[in-house]
This record gives sequence, C-alpha cells and structure tokens, in this order.
Amino acid sequence: MRARLFHLWCLVCTCCLILTLGGIVFYLVSQSLPYLNGALFFGDTPVWDAISGKTRVWGALWPACVGTFSVTIIALLIALLPGIATGIWLAEFPRSRFSTGLGLAIDVLAGTPSVLMGLFGFTMILFLREHIAPAANHSLLLSASCLAILILPYLASTTRTAMQSVPLSLRISTHALGMNHWQRIWYVLLPRSTKGILSGIMLSFGRAAEDTAVIMLTGAVASAGLPSSLLARYEALPFSIFYYSAQYQTKGELGLAFGASVTLMCLTATTFAITGMVYQQSLSPHHD
Amino acid sequence: MQETDSILPAASRIPHLCLLGLVIPVFVLIALLFGFLFWFSLPVFYSGGNSIFSGEWQPEQGHFGIIPMIKGSMLLAVLTLCLSFPAAVGISGFCLLHPKHRITSLVHGMVRFMTGIPTVVYGLAALMLLVPLLRTWFTQSSGFGLLACLLALSLLTLPVMIMILENQLRESLNQHQLTGTSLGMSRSEILTHIIIPCAPQAFASAIVLGFGRAVGDTMLPLMLAGNAPQNPESLFDSIRTLTAHIGLVLSTEHGSATYNSLFASGFMLLAISVSLTVITRKLERSYQRRHPQASSSAQP
Repeated sequence: MRARLFHLWCLVCTCCLILTLGGIVFYLVSQSLPYLNGALFFGDTPVWDAISGKTRVWGALWPACVGTFSVTIIALLIALLPGIATGIWLAEFPRSRFSTGLGLAIDVLAGTPSVLMGLFGFTMILFLREHIAPAANHSLLLSASCLAILILPYLASTTRTAMQSVPLSLRISTHALGMNHWQRIWYVLLPRSTKGILSGIMLSFGRAAEDTAVIMLTGAVASAGLPSSLLARYEALPFSIFYYSAQYQTKGELGLAFGASVTLMCLTATTFAITGMVYQQSLSPHHD
Repeated sequence: MQETDSILPAASRIPHLCLLGLVIPVFVLIALLFGFLFWFSLPVFYSGGNSIFSGEWQPEQGHFGIIPMIKGSMLLAVLTLCLSFPAAVGISGFCLLHPKHRITSLVHGMVRFMTGIPTVVYGLAALMLLVPLLRTWFTQSSGFGLLACLLALSLLTLPVMIMILENQLRESLNQHQLTGTSLGMSRSEILTHIIIPCAPQAFASAIVLGFGRAVGDTMLPLMLAGNAPQNPESLFDSIRTLTAHIGLVLSTEHGSATYNSLFASGFMLLAISVSLTVITRKLERSYQRRHPQASSSAQP
C-alpha cells in the first residue's frame, strides 16, 4: 500500500515538473519570438558599425552581450590559475593543517550566497575611496574580481575531483617508474584530468555569466554602451533582464527583457550541457 | 607519495614554490573576504546592538532593526523546503523506479537544463506568469509576496536536491536490490520499505543544500517578494529577506546611516551559510564512511 502510494506520488511530481518547466520555457520562447531578430541585438544601427563600436547602440542588447562576455572572460582569467592551483594543492597535499584550513575555506566559499561577494566588492570600494585611492569607483574590473571569487571554489573543487579520480593503478605505475612528485603531477595527473578541469572551467563560465546579484552591486548599469575600459561601468545581460522587467514602459522594452532572457538561457544551458557531457566522460572508467 | 613530500629534491622545489605562491593568495583572499565582513559588522554588535536586533525598520526615525528580514529569510526558506523537498523525493524516486524509461532520461535532461537556467530568468517568468495569476485567483493580494516567491524558489532549489538524492539513494538501491528481489519485493517496495528508512543522511544532505540555496538566493526575493520590511502574517504578505535587503539598500540608498544594518545582515547570512557548510561536510564524511567506494562528488 505504502509502495503504491509512493509510486503514485512519484508519478504526480514528475508530471508536475515536466508540465511546469515545459510551460515556462514555452512561455518565454513564445513571448520572445516576435523580438528575436537582428533589431533585438543591434537596434537601428548598421550591424558592422555596431560591432566595431563606431556607432553607439541604443535600446538593444549588443552592449549587454559584450559586457557579459568581457566580465566573464576577465573573471575567468583572474580566477583560472589560482583556482586550478588550489585544486591541485588540495588533491596532492591533503595532509597538513594548512590544507585542511584551505579545504574548509573553499567549501565555505562555495556555500556563501553570491550577494555577499557583491557586498564585499562594495565595501572594498568604500575602503579604497577613504584610504588609498579616492577616485576608485564601481567598474568592470571590480565586478570581474568579485565574480572571480565566486567561481574560484568551482574551479578548485572540479580540479580536485578530477585529479583524485585518476585510477590508483596509474599512480602506482608512476611510482614504479621512479617519477618524483612533480613529474607525476605534470606528466601524468594533469594530462589525465584535462577533461575534468575543462568541465570545471565551463561550469564557472556559466556561473559567472548568469549571476546577477554580484554585478548589480558592483558596476552593471542600464545604459552604459560598450565597456570603454576596465575602469568603466558596463551593461550585462542578466542585469538588463532584471532592469527591463521591473522598469519597462513600452512593449518593446519588455521584449528586450524576454529576448535577453532567451539569449542568456541559451548561453548558459549550452554551456552546462557541454559541461555535463564532458564531466560524465571524465568520470567514466573507460575513457581515454 | 608521502616520502617524496618530505625530501623534495632541489629541482622540484621551484614548482612547489610556484604552486604555493598561487595557493597562499587564495587563502589570504578568502580570509580577507570573511575578515572584512566581520570587521565591518563588529561595530554593530558593540554599540547599537539593541537597535539592530529589534523588530522595527524605520530609517527616518533611526530604527534599523533587521529582525523582520531574518524572520522573512527563515520563513521563506522553510516554506520553500516544505514544498520542494517532497517533490524532489518524488522525482528522484521516479528516476530510481524506472531507470531505463524514456521519461527518466527526459527528467535527467531537464534537471541538467534547470541548473543552467539563470535565476533572473525564473524571476522574469514568475513576474509575468505567476504574479498576474495569483492576483486574479486571490483578489485581496497584489500577487507579490511570500507565496509567489516561495513557488518560484522551490523550482530553483529542486535540481540540486534531486541530484543528490538520486546519487545517494541509487548507491544503496544497487546494494540491496538483489536481496530485496530474492525476498519477492517489487522495486517500489524495496525503495519504500528498505532504502528510504535507511537513508536519513541522504535526506539531511538534500535538505541542508536546498536550504542553503533558498536562503542565499537574491534575485527571486528581490523581484517577487514585495520587499516590505514587516513581520509576515499570511502567505500573501509581502516580506523582505536578508539577501534582498542587502541588494535593495545598496542599489537605492547612498547614505551611510543604513550601511550598518547591511553588515549585520551580511554577517547573519555568513553565519547561516558557514554553519550549513559545516553540517554538509559532517554528513558527507558519514556518507563516505558508510560507502567507501562511492564517489560522493555530485556536480555542484
């Protein structure tokens, strides 16, 4: 009886999930379909002028796309080496007090709400303005640094998992060949865990691209045009969605929100789908 | 591996130092992050502790109480879990009961897709679909409030809970399936009578992770909950959470009088997330002790 009831409950929940998610995706796509064209991204400006930055694009998503890409890439560049290094360290030198502390810190950081990174960036600017550089202001660089803190634990933990899942037999063979610790890491463990590390990089790309709370507090604004320098304010896709959905005045502006949401959803969903495939492959024992 | 650690030859000392040079800044940065938040919230506890931890939020009169926000966050997270945890158990149960079914692979794909949907997109969908719906169904409310936020958040917390439940329950299902089948039990009987009663730890992990997601999310409460700092009394009341409070105050007000309450909220959030992380680590350890072969690394 209990088993029957449970089975029924499982069916009901699954149907609800499929219907709800299908409904949401259908709604978003159907609402944004009329707007999905060149004008959504470039407005009235000629495409090449917009891409080369000659003419400023008004009321369209091109600056936001560029902003999202640049902030994400800069965040990745900042976080990449330290993140992977931390992962290697945690996987290969696990038995010291420093490593235990580091592991705990990374875990805590992974569980920290993203708005706290935004708060941290905000405080940093207040602090810098008062004590060191009075001209410091919210900017692309600040957002990217805060996003870098946000994605650091993802990079570290995927690298650690990838290196720890290298089979024991391979480790033993490296000992038998007389390799020292660094030869082992450089010639065997790292090449072997490339796929895992790659999936970590893609995962953090997606996380950085979708996060709104951090960039909202550290420099994304509604109409800044293309980001002119590292110290300028910029536009970003998630912030445009938030802004236009709250403050739209015409149908067109709401259409921008829908268009931006479908664009962003495609971007992150593709990233995560590829990540999932690569991750599965890297975990399966038969890959090579 | 340990012998080589202690007597590093000279040639391998350089990469060691390089690695250490990258790792130590990370550690310092994390320490700086927590130190900063702690340091800035310290004055709050020294001086006006009473006014911060009071139930009143009236900046014009100098009352900066964050108790309504703490209550809002907690209430929202608990109610979200009440809805999404049973659903997550049901969905992961379906995937375990029909492991080869076409719908199961569809559900897997959907769960993976859901982790990729940005929070703000859920917010937009709920803003345009759910809020008008609630407004027409329950005419006394504006649509914004606890209920709208709770429904959207439960969708957000689902994937992580489904993933962890399915991973951990499948492990014990594989262990006990042969025994159960030989006793003449069907797959669903094995699941309800053996696996689920024996896996309180898997449920605890799912609840803790889901709670963390629900407490830590900023955009959904900001867009859907109405953001009035008050004590919620019904499902339709507008609430303000800690995360939304930080976002709201930072993006609208530019006086430093209210900043203290920000750091107090940040500190509360940090305390919640640190304790959740510690619990998660404990649970993970006990899981690994029980299943030494299993890789408990669910993808974040």
